Amino acid sequence: MISVKNLTKCFGDMVAVDGLSFDIRPGEVVGFLGPNGAGKSTTMKMLTGFLAPSEGEIRIADRAMQDGSRVIRQHIGYLPEGAPAYGDMTTYQFLRFIAQVRGLKGRDSERRIEEVVAQVELAEVLNKPIENLSKGFKRRVGLAQAILHDPDILILDEPTDGLDPNQKHQVRRLIQNLAKDKIVIVSTHILEEVTAVCNRVMIIAEGKLLFDNTPEALLQKSRYYRAVTLHMSYSADISGLAEIDGVDDMEVDQKTGRVTLFPHDNTEILHLVTEHIQLRKLPVDTLFVEQGRLDEVFREITQRETAK
Amino acid sequence: MSMVSVVFRRELASFFATPVAYVFVTIFLVMSGVFAFFIGNLYERGQADLLPFFNFHPWLYLFLVPAIAMRSWSEERKSGTIELLMTLPISTFEALLGKFLAAWSVLGLSLILTFPMWLTVNYLGDPDNGIIIAAYLGSWLMAGAFLAIGMCMSALTKNQVIAFILAVVVCFLFVVSGSGIVLDAFKGWAPSLVIDTIASFSFLTHFESLAKGVIALNDVGYFLILMGTWLYASLLIIEQKKAD
Repeated sequence: MISVKNLTKCFGDMVAVDGLSFDIRPGEVVGFLGPNGAGKSTTMKMLTGFLAPSEGEIRIADRAMQDGSRVIRQHIGYLPEGAPAYGDMTTYQFLRFIAQVRGLKGRDSERRIEEVVAQVELAEVLNKPIENLSKGFKRRVGLAQAILHDPDILILDEPTDGLDPNQKHQVRRLIQNLAKDKIVIVSTHILEEVTAVCNRVMIIAEGKLLFDNTPEALLQKSRYYRAVTLHMSYSADISGLAEIDGVDDMEVDQKTGRVTLFPHDNTEILHLVTEHIQLRKLPVDTLFVEQGRLDEVFREITQRETAK
Repeated sequence: MSMVSVVFRRELASFFATPVAYVFVTIFLVMSGVFAFFIGNLYERGQADLLPFFNFHPWLYLFLVPAIAMRSWSEERKSGTIELLMTLPISTFEALLGKFLAAWSVLGLSLILTFPMWLTVNYLGDPDNGIIIAAYLGSWLMAGAFLAIGMCMSALTKNQVIAFILAVVVCFLFVVSGSGIVLDAFKGWAPSLVIDTIASFSFLTHFESLAKGVIALNDVGYFLILMGTWLYASLLIIEQKKAD
């Protein structure tokens, strides 16, 4: 359990994190979203005890950070931004070093290293110096290091940055497969990642918490949530579509010819739209329900803040 | 304490994984030999002791120890591994001590590897081996003081070159503070108490008696206190600057 109250961090005159308060319970996979320089990394650095807050309190596992930082650090696995690792060590030497620091001994340590190496697929680079590895492998070494001691709390700063789509998928699967009673905090600016792995989203901009709810709730804020988009094989009279009960607005994309119908109050309108299409025998060749557009919501939330 | 040994082993392995340790040891051996024989006239003096060899150690250390110390924290901060290290359950003090001891061991190893020098004087004559052992210990202690200064300078900056230059300058001040270069600047206007104090900071004067085999508490204490002070300063600097 992580409990943060009024967390603030200033660098000189610049307020990087501004009065954050939240609780995170076991089982929650939290996605930290925000534009670059929003204070995500700074918040994570404070949660891991690397930075001391200017104000406010962090309690992890029933201990205050300033008193029990060493005990707290044992509960945490952390992948810092950019996945730093000692370049002159080989992957295996590096993981051995982390295992020793984490207090894993003998056969236990060997077994855990083996498991983790299999989990993030590092077998082929086990005896290569880390400085010679590609960006993707380096990131995975960083991940392996973070999960080696099977921590209760996993804090990952941009874990999929620099990975190819396959590797991204793999990392997301890894996060999903972690035991269900753990706390995972992932920072990212890839929006799809949040719906893919998280069950809670926090949007931070200019150090302030602007949104804190489930990914579904975030989607619901989108104008496109449950909107119906359709396309016709040849032009037909579409004016009737806008008149359907429950349809608030209609938009026609001039370039693609796609018509989007926005529902009133996020209600389901698909059945109404299909009824209308059948009645009027409209030549529809594509029809789908929108899930909501995250980038639009994200822009709206974060830019509203910066515009102030 | 076990964390000190984990960090110690990692650092030591890193010295030998990169050519740093090999280059250092080789250069140290070659240079100390060159100085002892060609400038110190070890043979020509006709005395069975290692004084000409030890006399050049402060000057050798002046450039070599900052070179081995410069990467200790600068590199951690530059590559960001300091964030990894400081979020592991290792305290800053343990990390510092582990790093210091690892580098100090490399210095110790270089000293041990000068044993042919010791064999030579024993073959040629009948030296007082007690004096030689005391001088070796004294030299190692002095190397530790140089190292503590170098590591502190390394903690100050992300740039290894700057760390090296700063360390050489500070070490140089400590080496020469007892000699005329510095003292002449104070003579005539400063009270003798000030001059004596400055002179007492000198590596040369404290090492001189150790090199002659006199293990006096004040000389040994001087180097130990110096190490402690500079390491403590590094600790404060790291805590302050780790996230910059």
